[in-house]
Amino acid sequence: MVSDTRWSDTRSDARTQRLHRFERPAMAGVLVREIVNFSSYWRSATFSSTVEPTIYLLAFGFGFGSLVSRVGGYKYVEFVGTGTVATAVLFSSAFPAMFGTFVKYQFQRTYDAILAAPVDTEELVTAEALWIATRAGVYGCVPMIVAMFFGLPPRWEMFAVPLIAWLAGFGWGCFGITVAGFAKSIENFSYVVSAVLTPLFLVAGTFFPLNKLPKWAQVLGEINPLHHCVQLVRDSAFGVLGWVDLARVGALMLFGVLIWRLAIFAMQRKLID
Amino acid sequence: MSSELAIDLRGVVKRYGPITAVDGLDVQVPAGTCVGLLGPNGAGKSTTMRMLTGQTIADEGELDVLGFKMPGESKQARAQLGVTPQLDNLDVTLTVEQNLLVFTYLYRVPRKERKAAIARGLELARLEDRRDTRVDKLSGGMRRRLLIARSLVHRPRLVLLDEPTVGLDPQIRQELWALIDRLRSEGTTILMSTHYIEEAQRLADTVLIMSHGKAVASGAPVDLVAEHAGSEVLEVYGGPARLAEVEAEAAAKGLSTRRTGTSVAVLGTSDGFDGERRPANLEDVFVLLTGEEIG
Repeated sequence: MVSDTRWSDTRSDARTQRLHRFERPAMAGVLVREIVNFSSYWRSATFSSTVEPTIYLLAFGFGFGSLVSRVGGYKYVEFVGTGTVATAVLFSSAFPAMFGTFVKYQFQRTYDAILAAPVDTEELVTAEALWIATRAGVYGCVPMIVAMFFGLPPRWEMFAVPLIAWLAGFGWGCFGITVAGFAKSIENFSYVVSAVLTPLFLVAGTFFPLNKLPKWAQVLGEINPLHHCVQLVRDSAFGVLGWVDLARVGALMLFGVLIWRLAIFAMQRKLID
Repeated sequence: MSSELAIDLRGVVKRYGPITAVDGLDVQVPAGTCVGLLGPNGAGKSTTMRMLTGQTIADEGELDVLGFKMPGESKQARAQLGVTPQLDNLDVTLTVEQNLLVFTYLYRVPRKERKAAIARGLELARLEDRRDTRVDKLSGGMRRRLLIARSLVHRPRLVLLDEPTVGLDPQIRQELWALIDRLRSEGTTILMSTHYIEEAQRLADTVLIMSHGKAVASGAPVDLVAEHAGSEVLEVYGGPARLAEVEAEAAAKGLSTRRTGTSVAVLGTSDGFDGERRPANLEDVFVLLTGEEIG
């Protein structure tokens, strides 16, 4: 076979097959880019995604755990350990999505390079969200594993936790992409972090149950996807899954789908003029 | 399918609020040729490039790229298109090889051809011994070579180069010109935007002079010069008063002039004025047709 060192292929019949939406090779290309990039910063990402929630767990678990022994029917360390899974999911999905997307767009012009290839914005957003979800699915489990070292009994149902974390991570990742898509400058993020993410992560049943809070807080909790994530993780970890949990999965899926479409809309608006 | 024209733009308009970036542009790029879009910053060159990749949607006009209609079929076109942007968008935390690898995936290079594609890219960029160097450690010229090589991993039929040598030292620009020339010799169709006269003159088969979003003239560089500026030009040096006199004299004789700060070039004649004779060039044509300096 004669080696072909030409740089261009000037045959006019080359590759004229029909292309369509959401193609595997396009999304695979974006994923490869994320994975190759990840290999250069996985240590710091893993460190922050695991150490931070673990510190919350240990501080609250033992700090408060010394004041209250049981909360919501469970040992406080176990209550918090399962609750901080959602914290880990949020930290490893919404934040990297917001900042990563913005930096790639503004400073690295990465998206220009990708969109010059046969990749459309919706494939780009979806592939990045899938990757973020996978990271959330893995890192989300860390607090639970740490809690197991402190006595949380292992159960078969716990295998549902990475899946729940994945599903919630997909939604929160898309949320982060949406925020980055609409943001004009990186300063805008402070508003989102303070006014949206911080309240949501506190009114989710992570560190304390919601049933003693005023009515409005409980209502907020019910529409908070993070709360559903927390409840699902707790019910799996303690082996008390019920029909209501199926409804919670539905809620997370609805959240995921809606915010995914919004993320695509936001990025298309930003990238195509 | 085979299209005579790799790019066919007719009456393309793009507005951004009150600004009309592209104002009724017609561009035809026959397959196998190199067309240069010559114009200053703000002429609409980059906007035109973005419309060819579907990243900017035209307000009016018809755009066909490699026979595909834009923006509806832009994905198909992009699969056979290579784009070297004006601003560097390499992945700076990745190595040279990793940057090429990622793009072999994005451009869907078949698995068994990937290694060869990366090798070709490294050879083209002359970075074989730097394949494991992180991009942020490369010099400007090396990065630009990598940027060009990255856009060629999938052997595109058409290559868009947006200001390929801007901001680089003269000797590096020469290297890049050799690279672009090699592409031309293989029959790749090239659309290149530039504000360097010499670059357009050297590399383009056809030059399209752009100003304020329109094409004001197009043709082979030599033809453009002959048609608009004649073969020789008289460059008259002097103080402002003297130059004004020369301009008036030339106007009276029906000759065009071009002022360059310290001199006036009288076009279309080789005597009758006390100045230096020099060959007419594309810059004279540009200034004559657009009324603005390109620098």
